[in-house]
Order: sequence, then structure tokens, then C-alpha cells
Amino acid sequence: MSIVIVGAGQAGLQIAESLRRGAYEGRLVLIGDESFPPYQRPPLSKKYLADQMADERLYFRPLEQLEKQQIEFRPQTRVTALDREAREVVLATGERLPYEGLALTTGTRVRPLPVPGADHPAVCYLRGLDDARRLRERLPAAARVLVVGGGFIGLEVAATARAAGKQVTVIEALDRLMARAVAPVVSDHFASLHRARGVEFRFGVGLASIAAQADGSFTASLADGSSIEADLLVAGIGVLPNQELAAAAGLECRSGIVVDEYARTSDPRIVAAGDCTWHINRRFATAHRLESVQNAVDQGKIAAASLLGQSVPYQDLPWFWSDQYDVKLQMVGLSQDHDAALVRGEPASGAFSVFYFKTGALVGVDSINRPAEHMLARKLMQTGAVVPPKAAADPAFDLKTCLPPA
Amino acid sequence: MPKVTFVQFTGDSRTVEVPAGWTLMEAAVQNGVDGITAECGGGCACATCHVLVPPEWAARVPAIGPAENDLLECTAVPRTAQSRLSCQIQVSAALDGLTVNLPERQS
Repeated sequence: MSIVIVGAGQAGLQIAESLRRGAYEGRLVLIGDESFPPYQRPPLSKKYLADQMADERLYFRPLEQLEKQQIEFRPQTRVTALDREAREVVLATGERLPYEGLALTTGTRVRPLPVPGADHPAVCYLRGLDDARRLRERLPAAARVLVVGGGFIGLEVAATARAAGKQVTVIEALDRLMARAVAPVVSDHFASLHRARGVEFRFGVGLASIAAQADGSFTASLADGSSIEADLLVAGIGVLPNQELAAAAGLECRSGIVVDEYARTSDPRIVAAGDCTWHINRRFATAHRLESVQNAVDQGKIAAASLLGQSVPYQDLPWFWSDQYDVKLQMVGLSQDHDAALVRGEPASGAFSVFYFKTGALVGVDSINRPAEHMLARKLMQTGAVVPPKAAADPAFDLKTCLPPA
Repeated sequence: MPKVTFVQFTGDSRTVEVPAGWTLMEAAVQNGVDGITAECGGGCACATCHVLVPPEWAARVPAIGPAENDLLECTAVPRTAQSRLSCQIQVSAALDGLTVNLPERQS
């Protein structure tokens, strides 16, 4: 028996360890294309970038822990094809690894800036540890940082750069921050927070081109005809799922590798999990792709169960977080199609939550500097508690009383 | 290096060495100690790295901060007077020999 996992990020490691915990005793190969042991990505835009975290602390486990579990870890290994007929994974070296079960945890890659001059050496991205190292090396010499994209990555980098004393400008094509993820009240709160720390924003305008200057800096021309001079550019304009291997092998793909609620692809021997999947979660009516630690971990467990011949449906509650300066934003549920957003607490105090409802049902909660309320919101949603919108908006109402009796 | 011991709810125990500056949570996770989930990776945001610090060590570990205090209200196994989040306890030479107990579950 042999199981091969392509992709050594959080989802890949989760599948490997869940298989061993599930008493799988056969050969287990974990293939990564980077040179590092599996590592945590969230600190890359925060503590790691601020130079407050050594590489070893990023790694999930020292390599001995993988050996102990008899996980055959193959770093710096590129997979060129999946031969589904022969049931073999084909490596760039020509080596073929046979499998009875295969997991695809190939993640995503950054969306490159689609403008002339984007190959300027001052242009950085942030996805992997190599990206983070490159950015961290370049940050000290840069006085002016231009961030393209007012999403989580862009804002976390902006906060870190500002804390390091850089002059920071963020341009965002939409009219507010984190627009796809949070309500306007939350966007506005974070815009004020960044402005108070000295960050400048340009909303509703895109980047048009980048022109090199003789001293190594550059001039960024914006779509409205204005321009910004800076020394370093960090682009955080989204990611693309790594689905080419799957697609070339004839597996169904949309905006991600298509999997069912058991993390199975259109080939019953092949599962997929994490950022790369276009998946079904029983909680939601439609399929989607989610880039998060929660999805990597929880869907990874589902995928491992499927490889072990069990059928455990994916129905975990999504949650996310972002740290900017000393402010913690925690989100639970998916609030995109809400029809009511109710604020609990006073945003001016710096700590509040937004409860999102759709046709009267709670669909998500964003908490700003209220970790306990976030955890309570998770419990409320997990238990399917009925939360009256009026109660959510009333800070005097104890929401714990909405929980079903234990 | 300081050594700390994790005692599982079942009574099994593991003693591990902790590099200076690491948190108790990291020491557990990096050494594959079961019983600590640490979903959020040490952000003081999830309450899944709950440990119980015996009274004789209480004065020597760093004090509970406001965020940790709030989160301790949300642990899977209800908080006791010994409850701490292990991601908030940095290990120093002063904690050499520390033994902590793990709750029955984290989520």
C-alpha cells in the first residue's frame, strides 16, 4: 500500500499526520516543491516579516518528527504529471511513484501584477517563505513602500512596514478595504486605524504601470493619471489555485480542483484539500474556494478519512483571522450574502463585533479585539443557536443565554 | 535548555527541552506532544492550547493578560484557577522543571 501527497503545506501535513493517527501503516510520501520543512504561513506577513520570528519557529515540526511518523518527506521535488491509468506520480527527475491513494494539496500561487514594468526588482509578493525572505531583506533599505491591494495580505504588510518606520501608501481598486470579506463598518474602522498610524490610502484607482528610476526606485503610474514614487512595491492582489496538474490529468476543475463533500475528486482514488479546492461544505448551498488555515486543517482531516475508506462529510464552520498592529480581527462563518449587519459594541472604543444575518439567521460574525466574543460566536454558530438580531445588537444582552442547554 | 513536562489527562507524561524564548505551546507542538491543538498558531485567538499550571508554579509564570483572561472563558473544558493558555507562557530558565497538566480536550 502506498499513499502519495502532492504539496507539503498545512493541508498536506494534516493529511499525512491524520493518516498515521488513523492507523494507516503503508508507505506515505509527502512531496513539497520548496526547500523547507512544512511551515506556517500566517506569520509570514506579521512576526516573521517584522524579524521577530526565527525560521525554526515557523516550521510545524522538526524533520525528526516526520521521520518518527514514517512520513517520507521529499522537499524540492517537482511533480510533472499524474498518470492515473498506471496510478503513478511522475517527478521532474523522471522517477515514478506508485500510489493506491493520492492527495492533492497544491495550494495557490500569487496573481502577478498585470502591468508594464511589473518585472522591476523592487516588486515583491508574499505567499511563500522565499517571498517573505526576499521582502524582509529588501525592507530595511526602503524608505517608501507602495502596497497594491487593500486585502488582508496588503494591510498586514502595510502595518508591519509602518511599524518599521516606513512611509506607506496603499492603493485599492475598490472603494474600501477587505471589501469581499467584511462589512463597511469594519473596512472603515481599519482605514481609520491605518490612517492614525500614518498610512496613506488611494481608493478606487488601479495601478497602470511601473517605470524604473536611475537610483533603483520606481514611479508607479495610476489609472487616474497620478503617480507615486517609492522604493519597494508589495502586491497583494489575490491568488490563483494550482490546479494544472489535476486538469492535465483530466480531473474536473473550476476555480480550483473540484471535490465533493468528502474531499474526493472526480477520480475516487484521488482526494484534494486546502486552498486549491473548489469544494462542498454541507453548511452552504453552493461550492466555493477558501484560503484559510481552518479549511486546510479541517478539509485535510476529511480527505484523510476518505483515503482510509471512511465517509465523513465536510461541515466545519469556516473561521479566519488577521493581525494588524495590535488589533486582532477574527471572523467566523461566511457573511458575503448577508442582508443585515448589526454592530455590537462601540467601534470608537476599538473593540466591537459585527453580526451578519441572512433572512433572520446568523451567517457570520466579525470581531475586532474581542477574542472571547469570537469564540462565543463560534459556539453559537456550531450549535445552530437562534440569535435574535435585536439581542446581537444589544451589548447588555448575554448571548450565552442563546446557547442550547449542554 | 530548560526542561518542561506535559502530563496528559490519561496520566502519560513527556518531558521536553525548550529553546530559550519559545512558548510552552511551541514546545509541545514541535515535539509532537498530543493534547495541545493550538489552532491559531500562537495568536492568543482560539483557546485550544489550554493547560493547567500547578499552584506552586503560578507565581513564576508570566501573569495572565486581558486577552488571555477573556479567552480562558471559552476553553472546551471549563476554566479552573490553574488554567492558562500555553501560547502565552514564554519559557525561561526560571521555568526549568515546570510540569503542567493537560485538560481532557481542547475543542
